[in-house]
Amino acid sequence: MKKNTKQMGKTNWPVTILLIMGCVTIFFPLYMAVIIAFKKPSEMTNDIAGALSFPSSWSFDNFTEAMRVTDFWNSLGNSLLITALTVVIAILLHSLAGYAIGRNMGKSKFYKFAYLYIVSGMFVPFAILMMPLVKQTSQMGIGNRAGVIILYVVFYMPMNLLLYSGYLKNIPLALEEAAKVDGASTWKTYWSIIFPVMKPMHATVAVLTALGTWNDVMTPLVIMSGTGKNTLPLAQLNFQTQFGTNYNLAFASYLLALIPILLFYLVCQKQILNGVVNGAVK
Amino acid sequence: MMKKNERKRTFLLITIPILVLFFTFNTLPLIKGFIYSFTNFKGYGSYDWVGFRNYIDLFQDARVGHSYLFTFKFALVATIVVNLFSLILALGLNSRIRAKSALRGIYFIPNVLGGLVVGYIFSFIFTYILPTIGKSLGIDFLSSSMLADTKTAWFAIVIVAAWQAIAMNTIIYISGLQTVPEDVYEAGSIDGATGWTKFKNLTFPLIIPFFTINMVLCMKNFLMAFDQIMALTKGGPAQSTESISFLIYKNGMDGGQFGFQSANAVIFFVVIVAISIFQLTFMNKKEEQL
Repeated sequence: MKKNTKQMGKTNWPVTILLIMGCVTIFFPLYMAVIIAFKKPSEMTNDIAGALSFPSSWSFDNFTEAMRVTDFWNSLGNSLLITALTVVIAILLHSLAGYAIGRNMGKSKFYKFAYLYIVSGMFVPFAILMMPLVKQTSQMGIGNRAGVIILYVVFYMPMNLLLYSGYLKNIPLALEEAAKVDGASTWKTYWSIIFPVMKPMHATVAVLTALGTWNDVMTPLVIMSGTGKNTLPLAQLNFQTQFGTNYNLAFASYLLALIPILLFYLVCQKQILNGVVNGAVK
Repeated sequence: MMKKNERKRTFLLITIPILVLFFTFNTLPLIKGFIYSFTNFKGYGSYDWVGFRNYIDLFQDARVGHSYLFTFKFALVATIVVNLFSLILALGLNSRIRAKSALRGIYFIPNVLGGLVVGYIFSFIFTYILPTIGKSLGIDFLSSSMLADTKTAWFAIVIVAAWQAIAMNTIIYISGLQTVPEDVYEAGSIDGATGWTKFKNLTFPLIIPFFTINMVLCMKNFLMAFDQIMALTKGGPAQSTESISFLIYKNGMDGGQFGFQSANAVIFFVVIVAISIFQLTFMNKKEEQL
């Protein structure tokens, strides 16, 4: 790669240096969060050094305390459960919807309507659904994690249907017809042939759905508030008052909430960037 | 013939339950919200029909009016700031630089972080770090917290929202820039196009579709802003930073204004749809012209 850039022309050093300096804007808030999270309240002097100089000792006390106060492991478990189940259901159900609707919308008015009906759901802001949904989910007895998952599956349906049916246009019908000749049912053909072929789109859908649900505050806030259960972001909101002016404890808790997604990003950076671009450009 | 029926039946058996699911949790609450908007429902107890009372009150309510003004000011400024910075950043990240993929990876980090926690971290910066810097350098407007002043709090929210959104838009612009073929530049440089003229006449027209995506995405997300406001100001100081979503949540869920805020939400919905349609048709026309 480096040799390549030399062949193509000189490295643009001024831009490289500017961009490296610009990284400060990204790292400064994170650096500050780490520093404060490791300090004791007594080390928080009133000058800049109080927030930015290294702590006298790197102790994990704030983190263990923050874990206890915010019930970290349970919140993490809830977040993982909700995100994982939402992603799995989204991939199975939305790809199926994309297949059934996408394959027929060209020739059938009913499927064309179904497509437009669901995709136009993208314009419906959560604010208008919020209050009726709180009532509805509690009446149905799903004012809990299950309800949140169902709602996410519905909220992400417009975007994912758009993505899947768009992707299907590039998959030739001949692929399924060969299997049909062998006597396989449509259902079977879908799972054995079409579903695996859509793998790149599954990755995109997984990334976009996961990022959205993992960081979402509003849905669990209004739907799960009666259950005493928290997701990671919701725990930050609910325990914010308990941190009081103990910023060290608060920042340890913020970091704990950020670490899982940062680790995930570090490992799957390429897939995430590809997924986001694929999703947006489609 | 048998085969064809089997295929048709399978498609219907898939589509109908999906439509039912979507109707139950999207269209049904939408209809209910619309119905509630004609009542004086508090969120509990009994309620009466009030006709268009809520809608009439809505247009005379100073707090609602102000939340619309704030939301539009915020969304407009944030959209411009984000697109300007991310376009510059994308041009930089797409030029002949070292450590290209590492830098791209770093600049995307804000996008994966949760808006609420990011808001809390920035809240500390606005409340403690910036005023300390402001005081020691003798900069007047920085010497007290931006979040505590009704004149500056909205811009603090713009900064935080932009910090996160720039990451996403930059990636989209980069993928746009990558679709510009090298020979366009070669042809351009023969004609003596450099710098700003090159960008204005060659690069930008070619990435207009990506500009459209970014404008629409940005505007829609910022009009629905909630997390950052929840974390930074909770609508304060003096209700100066209440976004529409935040006001609907706050007064509709806790303030006993279920019916009234439903009417607000209906208007909000109409506004979002109108803006999205306007943006898309306007941008489509522009694209065709070019």
